[in-house]
Amino acid sequence: MALANVLQSESVDFSNYGRKCRGFSSSLYETELGLESVGGDNLSFAVRTACSDGDGPERKIQFLHGTTTLAFKFQHGVIVAVDSRATAGAYIASQTVKKVIEINPYLLGTMAGGAADCSFWERLLARQCRVYELRNKERISVAAASKLLANMVYQYKGMGLSMGTMVCGWDKTGPGLYYVDSEGNRVCGDLFAVGSGSMYAYGIVDSGLKQKDLTVEEACDLGCRAIYQATYRDAYSGGQVNLYHVHSEGWNRVSQSDVLMLHQQYQAEKA
Amino acid sequence: MFATQVYGDNGKMKEYHYTGPVEHRFSPYSFNGGTVLAVAGEDFAIVASDTRLSEGYSIHSRDSPKCYKLTDTTVIGCSGFHGDCLTLTKIIDARLKMYKHSNNKCMTSGAIAAMLSTILYGRRFFPYYVYNIIGGLDEEGKGAVYSFDPVGSYQRDTYKAGGSASAMLQPLLDNQIGFKNMEGVQHLPLSQEKAVQLVKDVFISAAERDVYTGDALRICIVTKDGIKEETVPLRKD
Repeated sequence: MALANVLQSESVDFSNYGRKCRGFSSSLYETELGLESVGGDNLSFAVRTACSDGDGPERKIQFLHGTTTLAFKFQHGVIVAVDSRATAGAYIASQTVKKVIEINPYLLGTMAGGAADCSFWERLLARQCRVYELRNKERISVAAASKLLANMVYQYKGMGLSMGTMVCGWDKTGPGLYYVDSEGNRVCGDLFAVGSGSMYAYGIVDSGLKQKDLTVEEACDLGCRAIYQATYRDAYSGGQVNLYHVHSEGWNRVSQSDVLMLHQQYQAEKA
Repeated sequence: MFATQVYGDNGKMKEYHYTGPVEHRFSPYSFNGGTVLAVAGEDFAIVASDTRLSEGYSIHSRDSPKCYKLTDTTVIGCSGFHGDCLTLTKIIDARLKMYKHSNNKCMTSGAIAAMLSTILYGRRFFPYYVYNIIGGLDEEGKGAVYSFDPVGSYQRDTYKAGGSASAMLQPLLDNQIGFKNMEGVQHLPLSQEKAVQLVKDVFISAAERDVYTGDALRICIVTKDGIKEETVPLRKD
């Protein structure tokens, strides 16, 4: 499904409902009649609920964000690199997900977490940014845009939204990069990687950013490499690497490379 | 079935000896099965679905197609919980009428897709348990397929399978239409006849291995000349 989810096995925690209802899950654990025989000595007075598997507190398992997105600032702007895989549990729902959302010609948002949550709220953010532009006759700053988004989702804190996004852009004060998530975090920084493959990406980018001034091409290369390495080691990331560069005139899409092609290219370079 | 399934959701073994009281919760959802598939061609789109309506071990109906015609150029396939499918299609029809009256024109496939996304997200905290796939022609007359998740996340594809047998069909489509994992093969564009034949073959395979898919196959072919429907029998067991 188009994004059954960019991360969790359900875009919403169906809790007791979804587990029994998934048609394409293997028939191993379907008990059609909803009666779960659970273990326990016969002397127990506890009434087991139909859907308890005897592991109460583990019911709401937090799945890792199955994705890798990263963004970093450098001398000539911001580089945004993302993978394109969406998983529903162990099923790969799509390998061609657009995880960079184009809010307006000079602002980008990345998608990690629930795909519907990210695309809906960032689309709403685009609308708010446009309204701001019309009212104030000037472009909205990255700080203000990220604040709008953070405040919008904060109202739904605790209700199960899942969104980990980076708002990237260029405004009067230069390149801007903020990390915003559905827990209420909003952090300004020079480098962020979000998702299950983030640790691998951090390793590559941290070592590549040692030399202070990168050219645009080197920075793009670094971003691409970082995502590729993350897809190599993380099972939940893969597909293609989409690369964007944000500069003073706005953003432009640098490349979209299939990970398989990149693998062959890097192998050839090693030889 | 003889595999003694004792695995719980997280892989731990369950035991069958509990005989005490068990609390049953009412679930507002149920799973009615069914598979839908959509393919976009150069100047056509195909939306196909099986016609079996099941619940648990029973089959409620052998003639309940899951493709619904929205406009002259758009068909939607909905599988999952049948109650939500019906309500959702009624809501979409109503919104289409409203749009037609306010804007004096029919909604395009892309617009319907965007609208459906917001309708689905409106129920973010009590979702429509429906897997939707829209197939139709875009403004330029080219085939378009939009696939959704239950809460409204969507994207445009060339082909997509959804519903109970989706995990079986999607890899086959990846290979035959997307030419994935094939070396040295010419990427020929898909003709309408070949696409229809492929859809029939693919559903025959799905009916072999998925209990919720079978009985009959309803194919809707969308071209600039309108929507043509075809029904093909499948395994009834």
